[in-house]
Parts: sequence; C-alpha cells; structure tokens
Amino acid sequence: MARITLQNVRHSYLPNPDGDDDYALKEIDHSWEDGGAYALLGPSGCGKSTLLNIISGLRAPSEGRILFGDEDVTDLPPDKRNIAQVFQFPVIYDTMTVYDNLAFPLRNRGRNEKIVKERVTAIAEMLEVTPMLKTRAANLSPDNKQKISMGRGLVRNDVNVVMFDEPLTVIDPHLKWKLRLKLKELHHRVNATMIYVTHDQTEALTFADQVVVMDLGVIVQIGTPVELFERPAHTFVGHFIGSPGMNILPCEIRDGGAFFRGQNVALEGPVTRSGERTEIGVRPEYVTLAPTGIEGVVRKAADIGRHNVIEVVAGDTRISVVSDGNLPEQGETVHLQFRQDQTRLYADGWLASKARS
Amino acid sequence: MKSANQRAWLFVLPVLVLVAFNALIPIMTVVNYSVQETFGDNLFFWQGLDWFQQILRSDRFHAALGRQFLFTGLILAIEIPLGIVIALSMPKRGFWVPVCLVTMALPMLIPWNVVGSMWNIFTLPDIGLLGYFLNHTLGVPYDMTQSPVAAWITIVVMDVWHWTSLVVLLCYAGLMSIPDAYYQAAKIDGASNWAVFRYIQLPKMKTVLTIAILLRFMDSFNIYTEPFTLTGGGPGNSTTLLSIDLVKIALGQFDLGPAAAMSLIYFAITLLVSWVFYTLMTKDDTN
Ligand SMILES: Nc1ncnc2c1ncn2[C@@H]1O[C@H](COP(=O)(O)OP(=O)(O)OP(=O)(O)O)[C@@H](O)[C@H]1O
Ligand SMILES: [Mg+2]
Repeated sequence: MARITLQNVRHSYLPNPDGDDDYALKEIDHSWEDGGAYALLGPSGCGKSTLLNIISGLRAPSEGRILFGDEDVTDLPPDKRNIAQVFQFPVIYDTMTVYDNLAFPLRNRGRNEKIVKERVTAIAEMLEVTPMLKTRAANLSPDNKQKISMGRGLVRNDVNVVMFDEPLTVIDPHLKWKLRLKLKELHHRVNATMIYVTHDQTEALTFADQVVVMDLGVIVQIGTPVELFERPAHTFVGHFIGSPGMNILPCEIRDGGAFFRGQNVALEGPVTRSGERTEIGVRPEYVTLAPTGIEGVVRKAADIGRHNVIEVVAGDTRISVVSDGNLPEQGETVHLQFRQDQTRLYADGWLASKARS
Repeated sequence: MKSANQRAWLFVLPVLVLVAFNALIPIMTVVNYSVQETFGDNLFFWQGLDWFQQILRSDRFHAALGRQFLFTGLILAIEIPLGIVIALSMPKRGFWVPVCLVTMALPMLIPWNVVGSMWNIFTLPDIGLLGYFLNHTLGVPYDMTQSPVAAWITIVVMDVWHWTSLVVLLCYAGLMSIPDAYYQAAKIDGASNWAVFRYIQLPKMKTVLTIAILLRFMDSFNIYTEPFTLTGGGPGNSTTLLSIDLVKIALGQFDLGPAAAMSLIYFAITLLVSWVFYTLMTKDDTN
C-alpha cells in the first residue's frame, strides 16, 4: 500500500495530438494519499475513466510518470501494479459460481486455498452475498452481479488502491444508497485507498473525504465536500456542485471593489487578481430578500419541500435564492442582499478574492 | 385461460401445407417403399420390416456408416478448433476486418459441385497445381485415384477449406459481442490468456459454437456432392460415404425398398446424434 503520485500526466487518444484540445487529459499533477477515500467528480467526457485507466495501467499515458510510493510503475501492466478496478457495468464470469468469481483474483495470484476461503468468506459476509456463494453467477440479478464485481475488487487485502468507475449506474435507486453506505463502511474496514468515479454529486459527497473535481481534462479543485461547497476554486465547481448551483454575476472591478449593474457589491475580502472576465460568485443559500439591495424581478418561485427556490432576473442575469420565508409573487420586484463573507470574486473563472482574516 | 382464438390456425396453415409438401409427403412415400418389394410394373408386395433388418445387418451398411462417422468426426475435430483459433486471431477493428471477413466468406459462396471439380483438378498428379507439386517437385507419390489415404486426405482438406469459414464467422460474431470491460477486468484480476479464453471467450461463444457444431455435423453427415465429384466414392469403396452408398443402391441398382429403409435409418441417426449434441451442449443453461 502506498501513496500514488501522478507527475505531469497528459493523455491523448490521437496518434499525433496537436494543441491542448486534442488531449483528453491536459495536465494532471496530483497525489492520492494512502488510505484516502476520494471521489472523482466531473461531467461526462471530462476524462475520469481515462484517468482511472492510466492509474490502473489499462492505458499508458502519452506523457508523464506514475509512482506508487517511490516506485515508478508507468510501464507496468495492471496485474503487476497491485490495484483493483470495478467497472460501470458488472463483469462476472458466467460459468463460475459466485464463490469462484470472488476467488478468481486470488487464485490467479497463486494464493493457497485456505487464504482464498478466508478472504472470500469475509468479503461475502460484508457484501451480504453469503447465501449465494454456491449459485452460478450467471443467474444473479444485475445488482447482485455488480456486488460480485465489487467483491472481486475488494477481495485482495494487499492492493494499493481500489477504483470504482461509476459502479452504481445499473443499480436500482433504492439499492443505490444502500450500496453506497456499504462502500463507505467497507472503506473503513478494508483500509485501502479508494477512488470513486461519478458524475453524481450526491454520490461523491456522501462517499468521499476528498472530492476531486475535473472538467475538460484538468483537475479544477480538490477538497472536502464542505470546502467545495463553501469556497469553490472555480466557477465550474460552484456551478456543478450544489442544487441550484452558485450564482455567477458578471461584474466590473473599480477602485478595488466589485460592481454589478453599477451597484457596489461587498466582497468577502481583498481582490487578489484581476482578469479579462470578472464575476461575482455567491451561493443561493446566502442570498436573501431584503428591503434594499440589488433590484430584480421574480421569474419563478417554487416550494421544493424543505425550502423555497426563487429565481430572480436582474437585467439579463439570473439569480437563484434559497429561502425559508414567504414566497413572492411572480413578476414582483424584489431586492437582494448577499452575505458578505460568502460573496467571492472570480477572475477568468478562477477564485480571485481572499477572506478577511 | 379463456378459449384461445382459433383463427390463429389460419395463419399457420400455409406453413403446414408447405411443410407437408416438401417434407411429410416425400417422407411418407419413402416409408411406403421401405416396407414393400417391387419388380417394376408398379407391382408391390408387402415386405414388413425385412429391409430394415437386412440393412442393419449388412456389412456394406456398417462400413459406409463407419466411414461416415470417421469423416464427420475428422472434419469436426479439425474445423471447430481451427475456426476458433482463426476467429481469435482476426483483428477486432480497423481496415483489415472487412478484408478478412470477405476472404473468409469466399469459399462458402462456391457451388458444391464446383468445389469438388476444383479440388479434383487441383490434385491431378500430372497437371493439377497441388498434384504436380507433390509428385514432381517434392517427390511424394500422391494420387487420389490410386491411394485411399490420398483420397481421404483430399476430401477432408477440401471440406476444411470449404466450411471452416462458417465456424470462423460464427465464432467471430460471438467474440465481437464481448464488451471491452470483460478483457479489462480480466487484466485487473490477473487472468492468464488461457483463463481469458476459458472463462470469458469460450462461454460467450458457446451459443454460436452449438450452432456451428450442429450445422457442420448435419451438413457433413449428409454430404454428397463434393466427395462424389471428387472421388466418386473410390478408389474402391474407400470414400463411399453413406449418401453416396444410398444413391448407388437407389439409382444404381434400383433397389427401392432397401434404399428407402436405409434412408429412414440414415435420417434417424442424423436426428438422434443432433439431438444428443444439442442436449449435451445446452444442459448447463437450464439449471
Ligand atoms: N477509446 C477511446 N478512443 C478515443 N477517444 C476516447 C476513448 N475513450 C474516451 N475517449 C475520449 O476521451 C474523452 C474522455 O473520456 P472518458 O471516458 O475518460 O470520460 P469520462 O469522464 O469517463 O466520461 P463518462 O462520465 O461519460 O464516463 C472523451 O472526449 C472521449 O470521447
Ligand atoms: Mg467513464
């Protein structure tokens, strides 16, 4: 077991990549701490699977090195890397029993039957598939098949990392949360590094201690779920995480202050950088309706259960508000206040304000 | 259940009529012949099961049946593994896929009697490409009309040439239906090439292999045209397979009764062996 380091990894599926746009992974420079529970979150096509396959050795990166601990494994095949990977759709060996399926990775590595039995029994117990051990894997339901796939990933106790590539896609919603909790629990018991790929933020936030957000082949931010929510490092993260996502308001910088539609908006602290495009970012949870402030017209107001979501239009910018108060009428003119310590500045997409200390 | 809609029978009727005309009625005439004796002039005498007894006890039938099983056994033993190996080594994507597929399909498109004639000319000792090369360049005596071994090698190689493609194409289709994730998972699990074949590829090819084996069994067990054009059943009787023998009895000697009895026995054997194959190969699926 070891820390996994990616050094300047780039990957292109084209034989002769030309320019950044040809790269599915543009530049990944990141370490995964031993024993961490990571979620890799990002929209479809951003390179999550590519990154996993490079860590597992199913693909060789076009550029860069991969280290496990101090050992350079860039040129090693998957079976020499001591990793486990679970795929989106269940892979089971049809002709074998559930027991033999689970035992397969161990037997291929020449473990003796006593150890095999011990491990398989333990994993079957954890996944609650003990009663099925004797049945043929082909006859299982899809979610049980996926459990077996996951079991094969978890059965070896010496792996550097277990990677899950959207493993719950085929699972019924009501089983999804059960398996998700199971995985979390397994992480505590198995003690290996786990990387969990998903494009579902709830899944990422419940599973992981650290969430790695990717977009267009780059890692945009790494942080705890709370950090991602409170201080998105990029407008993409702000927008992608949270429902509704962060409000992004185009603004002007004058005399060190931010102006939205000519009105000064108080930021959390000093501006650290400037850029061609500057925007104010504030989460809907920190916007309130007030007697004064930014003026806008209510376009939509809905009670979605625990709270109300109000959509206000100011000029041509849409601002969402999450509130517990009274629902305003559609078409009503309202005023908005932003909580100052949660109002941030973004320059060219990246965070450009600093909290006052 | 409520009384079923009887109109459905109307829709099956055309098929029933068709089957009756092309299968049942011809078979009934054969059954009719098999229990009677005739000396021509449309005179028939009741013979009971005598012809069946006679055929089943005749050495000639035993020998032909033996040759038939030998032939079918040989070509199955060669074509099935060979077909699998070729399918496994074909490219999965890219420019060469259509090239391979078309090349593979070519032998199957050639009419059967042409295949027989082609191989006949191909192996002629003095002018055939292969025959000349073996006899005159390599100095290996090779003459189908003289040596039974040469004749056997030729009919077997000819069938392998003609029909292995069928097995290849079926297996290839089976292989292409395996998602990449299976191979990736196998790599992660540390599976050897043999294990990948044994636990991923073979199980996925099983259905198509069942079809391939059945088709090749039935086809080769009933084979007539190609070996007949190639060797005419000779030298001697060495390549007289069941169907060739049957035609000899029926049309050569005009023994309609024994020929009819033999056809029915032949048919029963084909059916029985096919059924056994099928049951053996699909018995795992049911439990
Ligand atoms: N085998 C391949 N050949 C060529 N291009 C590929 C291949 N696999 C992926 N790509 C491309 O690389 C980019 C990243 O794909 P990748 O599969 O890593 O995305 P992902 O984040 O896993 O998406 P998803 O959430 O849909 O699984 C995409 O633009 C995709 O089209
Ligand atoms: Mg993917």
